[in-house]
Amino acid sequence: MKTLEGTMPGNDYVKKSKIKQAMKQRLTILLFLLPALLVYGTYNVYGIFRTFYYSFMKWSGLSPRMTFIGLKNYINLVTDINIWLALKNNLILVVVSIVFQLSFGLILALIVNSKIRGAKFFRTVYFMPMLLSTVATGIIWLLMFDPYYGLINHMFTAMGFKSLENMAWIGDPKSAMPAVLFVVCWQYIPQYMILLRAGLTNIADEINEAATIDGANKLQLFKSITLPLLAPTLKTSAILSLVGSLKYFDLVYVMTGGGPNGATEVMATYMYKNGFESSNMGYASSVAAFMFIVSLTMVALFQFGTRRKEENN
Amino acid sequence: MTKQITLKALLYFVAILFLIIFGFPFVFVLITSIKDQNGYMQSFWSIPSTFYMGNFVAVFKANFLRYLFNSLFVAGISVSLAIFIASMASFALATMKFKLNKAVFMLFLVGMMIPAHTTLIPIFALNRQLGLLDKTYGLIGPYTSFAIPISVFIMTGFFKEVPKSIQESAYIDGASVFRIYGQIMLPLSLPAVSTVAIFNFLACWNEFIFGLTLINSPSQKTLPIGIREFYGAESVNIPAILTAVLVASLPVMIFYFLCQEQVIKGLSAGAVKE
Repeated sequence: MKTLEGTMPGNDYVKKSKIKQAMKQRLTILLFLLPALLVYGTYNVYGIFRTFYYSFMKWSGLSPRMTFIGLKNYINLVTDINIWLALKNNLILVVVSIVFQLSFGLILALIVNSKIRGAKFFRTVYFMPMLLSTVATGIIWLLMFDPYYGLINHMFTAMGFKSLENMAWIGDPKSAMPAVLFVVCWQYIPQYMILLRAGLTNIADEINEAATIDGANKLQLFKSITLPLLAPTLKTSAILSLVGSLKYFDLVYVMTGGGPNGATEVMATYMYKNGFESSNMGYASSVAAFMFIVSLTMVALFQFGTRRKEENN
Repeated sequence: MTKQITLKALLYFVAILFLIIFGFPFVFVLITSIKDQNGYMQSFWSIPSTFYMGNFVAVFKANFLRYLFNSLFVAGISVSLAIFIASMASFALATMKFKLNKAVFMLFLVGMMIPAHTTLIPIFALNRQLGLLDKTYGLIGPYTSFAIPISVFIMTGFFKEVPKSIQESAYIDGASVFRIYGQIMLPLSLPAVSTVAIFNFLACWNEFIFGLTLINSPSQKTLPIGIREFYGAESVNIPAILTAVLVASLPVMIFYFLCQEQVIKGLSAGAVKE
């Protein structure tokens, strides 16, 4: 097209107006994209690059003065036992989240999708934890777990478990992480219920059809029809759960602050502590960079793993 | 037949068990908010016979109206801005052909996979440089930016579903691109806009870590930071603390009971398909 136009004599006017039009079109495209790109570029994109930049610096964060120290922060990082403990807690969070949130989410989805009386009421209530801010959730459960004034110990004592009287759920390094994990599940199971229920609704017709064809029992039906059809929804949910668990901050910060004695420390709380409590922004940036790398790697691995599995099937 | 009945009984049992696990904390907050401290100590779960107003007075004395206003202000402006600029970008990505189309779309998409927390320190530094530290409106920039990826993703998908013929006939009638965007595509995509609006509004409304680090003065704080502050100050006054939680959650709860379907749809927007 280009060469044709170029060789044709007397076509200058058409050519010019075409270029003009193309320019105008480009300008329009730019105009539509620019505001979003500008904002997103400033905070998200520039933010990530800046995090890596700071991670090579010694910088308190209190003054603008920083010195380049090469890989020193990273060398400190790999020998810092705390970051590995934090990563371990994040990984526990990932596994527990994926296993419990998805399975209980599925159970709840099946309940609200069944012909149970008041299914809509059940759904309304099950969904409510999603609406609370994490801070509100954390505080409610912190008060419920309170050793002296908390409902949970009160309940256990009333049921006759005398040994649990004044049990410090959050204060004990052994029980702090399980308590936090319980609350995380309480908060997020409703989300997976909704997602999986949407998945179930989408495949409802196919299930009914299959059921009428060969008269399979419900369990067989569930195993051989429902679950495979639900696989894409489960995969999306697992990725969501994965990304969420690796950046987990709010609830841990509110409930335990990473304690007691580091028992519930996660990468994000460790980053926050280094940067904003110990004024070591350079090191905190290397923790953030580490978090970024871990998240991206795990999402990529997960995508790769599930894709290969799909191809094999 | 008996097997079916036991199954049904089991189903109800499990359903009610979960009802208690998920619903009880809300009932607990509600009944505790109208008890005084003594009343709470005497019995944790009884419903009080008198309505104690003291907790609500304490909560409103502690600047909660200010927090409420700040949260509404930041979330409202951030979400409106995000929808405006993200819908423009989505319009270009969904309807216009250009070389980098796919790359730009991917760039936005990656934002959903990356923890926003990794940008905390640079944004803190940036806000300090711009003199936006400790200002409620300093949260608008990051909140808007974090809302962009999912908004672009959902709205681009929606715009692509709009039949091409509608745009083409408008174009032939002489409508400019801007008119096609503003007067045809946006009004047509109201369902997508409302989903995106609800999702992002709740995310801003409940956001914690950026509010915690970028704001310091009580008069500038948002609700989540305000509740935590109140919790720190009132540490043993459990009824007052739970009242603060109730007051902070009530606006969203009321909205949920009024438009349940939209809220549920909005909140499941986080799990958009790939």
